[in-house]
Amino acid sequence: MELLQLMDSAVRLATPLLLAALAGLYSERSGIFDIGLEGKMLIAAFTAGAFSGIAGMPIAEGGWGWTYGMAWFGLFTAIIASVLLSLIHGFASITLRGNQLISGVAVNFFAAGTTVLIGQEWFRAGGQTPSLRGAQRFEPITLPFADAVSEVPVIGPVYADLISGHNIVVYIAILAVPLTWWILFRTRFGLRLRAVGENPGAVDTAGISVVKQRYAAVVIAGILCGLAGAYLSLGTSAAGFVKDMSAGKGFIALAALIFAKWQPRGVLFAALLFGFLEAIGNKYQSVDIGAFVIPVQFMQALPYILTVVILAGFVGKAIPPKAGGEPYVKER
Amino acid sequence: MSVDTLDQGRSDSAAPVAPAIELIGVSKSFGPVQANKDISMTVAKGAIHGIVGENGAGKSTLMSILYGFYKADAGEIKINGVKTEITDSHAAIAAGIGMVHQHFMLVEPFTVLENVIMGAEDGPLLRPSLAKARKVLTQLAKEYELDVDPDAIVGDLSVGFQQRVEILKALYREADILILDEPTGVLTPAEADHLFRILENLKAQGKTIVLITHKLREIMAITDTVSVMRRGQMTATVPTAETSPSQLADLMVGRHVLLEVEKGAPNPGEVLLEVKNLSATDFQGVEKLKSISFNLRAGEILGVAGVAGNGQTDLLEILGGISPATAGEVRVKGEPIDLSKKASAALRRERGIGHVPEDRHQRGLVMPFQTWENTAFGYHNKPEFSGPMGLANQKAMLADAKEKIEKFDIRPTSPFLPASSYSGGNQQKIVIAREIENNPDVLLVGQPTRGVDIGAIEFIHKQIIALRDSGKAVLLVSVELEEILALSDRIIVMFDGVIQGERTPENTNEQELGMLMAGMNPEGTS
Repeated sequence: MELLQLMDSAVRLATPLLLAALAGLYSERSGIFDIGLEGKMLIAAFTAGAFSGIAGMPIAEGGWGWTYGMAWFGLFTAIIASVLLSLIHGFASITLRGNQLISGVAVNFFAAGTTVLIGQEWFRAGGQTPSLRGAQRFEPITLPFADAVSEVPVIGPVYADLISGHNIVVYIAILAVPLTWWILFRTRFGLRLRAVGENPGAVDTAGISVVKQRYAAVVIAGILCGLAGAYLSLGTSAAGFVKDMSAGKGFIALAALIFAKWQPRGVLFAALLFGFLEAIGNKYQSVDIGAFVIPVQFMQALPYILTVVILAGFVGKAIPPKAGGEPYVKER
Repeated sequence: MSVDTLDQGRSDSAAPVAPAIELIGVSKSFGPVQANKDISMTVAKGAIHGIVGENGAGKSTLMSILYGFYKADAGEIKINGVKTEITDSHAAIAAGIGMVHQHFMLVEPFTVLENVIMGAEDGPLLRPSLAKARKVLTQLAKEYELDVDPDAIVGDLSVGFQQRVEILKALYREADILILDEPTGVLTPAEADHLFRILENLKAQGKTIVLITHKLREIMAITDTVSVMRRGQMTATVPTAETSPSQLADLMVGRHVLLEVEKGAPNPGEVLLEVKNLSATDFQGVEKLKSISFNLRAGEILGVAGVAGNGQTDLLEILGGISPATAGEVRVKGEPIDLSKKASAALRRERGIGHVPEDRHQRGLVMPFQTWENTAFGYHNKPEFSGPMGLANQKAMLADAKEKIEKFDIRPTSPFLPASSYSGGNQQKIVIAREIENNPDVLLVGQPTRGVDIGAIEFIHKQIIALRDSGKAVLLVSVELEEILALSDRIIVMFDGVIQGERTPENTNEQELGMLMAGMNPEGTS
């Protein structure tokens, strides 16, 4: 039972990582490194929280007085905000052929600054958005027969507690994994996307636009980061936007992506692993193992320690897409 | 192509057939550099047409215009008699033009099939396209001797096969005109022969082929007509049967050049370089050299032949002090040299080993630095270049550079230009001047004439022979068999990290060396 709770919490914590890592997958498979995942998630979380909040606020308090669909509206605005940031990153690194790392850092700083600035200006609550209730949030969905089978041993609790009872974004994130695999390896779009990250020259000489292909990938990354961010403010217990709420998840997603060797299935596994570690850190604040007590700080640092271990080459050689990080310039 | 279409081609030949390619007054400049100046050229349908010229003569630019990589500033292109605007590669493909680039445009982690269909897919899903391509490839393989495993990962294939994938890509897009840019640069002689058979087959099926190369022998062997380019202009177009290599060379350079190297009999002296059981493993644990041994004497040029990547580079880098060996011994004038990680190129120079590296951009020169700096690098700690308080004596370095520029005919003659602003030939002259003028006992020379024009090749070869005649030892690594045969007194052939055989130039030929390079041994071990 305890394990089931842990796994349930792992799924919730893995969702934003999964979406952000898939965003990174599209972008980096097309040859555009994206360390701006964090910033895009943050701005999406803020936008979702702010617009869902305003839309659901009673008219008397200066809101729009909606009674339903606020969360979906928040998600929609979050995706727009995230895609806009993606396009800025794309413009800098595809059209202007700038340094992709620097552009990504700029995106992160921009997001960290603006969310607090605008949040304080609009809501005067130290950068927080109003706390969200009801249709302002994504509510848990009870899957069919969840109650009926919950008494069945083993399968019942797994279905009722672990599989059922998450909000829509969690299910979208999990379905995005096979969908991504199918797009990458079974469609023309995916073939070209992978090619452009390996050898843009081959794509160009085949008569396909390298620029369009890369912009398409960057926009998809924006949409997925928008989902990840909206999940943070509308789908978790935070129930609203809190300053710096992405808390490095964008970077952990990048680590998960490298751990996964840029494969969709691996991304699912890596995100769940990081989610599970975070769940352990949250649940067992300090662990007494007899001789001494493992401090809470260590437990909370676990995902980050694992990140370092992974990036230090524990997983073996991870070969990134060959043309990653390189702006494409026609050779003479 | 079926028999019907062939017959159709014959009946057409009664009426005058429009040329496959017609360029009229094509010009292109990059900033102040005029790469192509008013070029007009006709290539007949079903012909193999060669284009020769030195590096920078504008061959590649011209073909890039034809393939839509660049837009010409002026001029007109007619394909099969129809004026065609080639705005991008997509338009070129639509006009039936295919191109095999010098550096292959392949996606290495993809399979052959995936590479072939990319950009020519039939719909949004891959499955039907892959199935169709599999069928077409089997067909093409039969017709043109273009066998490749359709499911092989391209990165695992040898360059010869990768090149076939490039040709298949063009044929899958139904190209009627095939442009090949320096196609034999990376091939063994056997692979090159196979390529020529493929080209002959393509020609027999009515395809038009444009072959860009600097190898005159290939032009003579396979083309019907040949165009010569010099400094952005088309200087001549002649039927191949009516010309000769030396005439073409003269047209390319604009003056009379000697293709044959003049060299007297060798006069070998004491052993200067002794290599014993030398082995090396790279950082990935791949064995690059497997216990090789040889001697090099004073007054001798030892040629090392082999397809690139069979250990020659590792041999040069170990002897040059750049990378360590894992086992073995090397003696210079009888004294062992350090083969550990502590060795350096500077220490080697103190021991009398000069090194002209294979890759002059990476290892031979600092591209943004000026000539007077580049002519001193590696030797900049010599007392004559040192001024008071450990400062560099720039005056001495400058004077030294001027001397080398004069002696080695480096052009332009200013010592203040960055290395990047010289042509390949003159860059190489800077490296060679630096190494030869520092009077090494043993000179390691890697690919001395790669990317170097014919005029400079002649000059560089003369310098290497002069060094030999002055009683020095030269180790010459080159993938150009002609060069190996012309310069060497003895030849060793490397294959997969071992010495596959040793020959003298008088007692061997390109065919035999080619077999050794491919790992075969025509006469048992030697």
